[in-house]
Amino acid sequence: MERIPILKMGRFLLVSIQVDMHDQLAMQLQDDLTQRIADTGAHGVLIDISSLEIVDSFIGRMLGNIAAMSRVLDAQTVVVGMRPAVAITLVELGMSLSGVRTALNIEQGMDMLSASADTAAERGNVHVAN
Amino acid sequence: MSTSPTDSLPLNSSEHIVIVRQAVRRRAIEMGFNLVDQTKIVTAASELARNTIQHGGGGHATIEVVSDGSRHGLRLAFEDQGPGIADIGLAMRDGYTTAGGLGLGLSGAKRLCNEFAITSTPGAGTRVVITRWK
Repeated sequence: MERIPILKMGRFLLVSIQVDMHDQLAMQLQDDLTQRIADTGAHGVLIDISSLEIVDSFIGRMLGNIAAMSRVLDAQTVVVGMRPAVAITLVELGMSLSGVRTALNIEQGMDMLSASADTAAERGNVHVAN
Repeated sequence: MSTSPTDSLPLNSSEHIVIVRQAVRRRAIEMGFNLVDQTKIVTAASELARNTIQHGGGGHATIEVVSDGSRHGLRLAFEDQGPGIADIGLAMRDGYTTAGGLGLGLSGAKRLCNEFAITSTPGAGTRVVITRWK
């Protein structure tokens, strides 16, 4: 069965959506990611959507669901790389992706995830080696 | 008003939504729509195609290039023979949903195009036609 690959990199999970997803594939990604967060104890999820030519309400809802589910599992989600034309269209459609953290590119997204994972670790008095 | 080549595509599964999106994108590029306008009409098509499947139980989409003499446009029609919509005003409202979605499909698609027309007969089906002018 067709699936979007989920890569583990240190404390984080990385997903780069490179195909025009049909709805079942999007639902599958949502389920797979939630399971992987629980299995790995990942602190963050980075979703790269720079290849996506559109984000409609279905994909927007999936991104919101992933962010909410990961938060409940103690992981942060950052969506990166949204194309400007997609951002314009998404807002006009009526979605602002509230509750989803975004960054312009992968590097900034990783910085955001590292910063919030470090803060969480400090708060929990857990030593984190840099 | 003149029309030229029409594509008719089936809408019965979520893969068909992807095929419609790609066909609309191809036509929008051929017509020289800019990237933002391409993205808007493709996104509107995606919303309406999903409605045809989820609410209408499947149907078909047609894509045609239209002209009113001074300008060209891309016109998309989505048709089903499903249960129809009893209260179109309510269905058009942001946030109103019967399928557990966000309720942005119809209202959002309307905002993404220049012309929007919906006709629906309870028990007979629904037809939504949108046009984006260049």
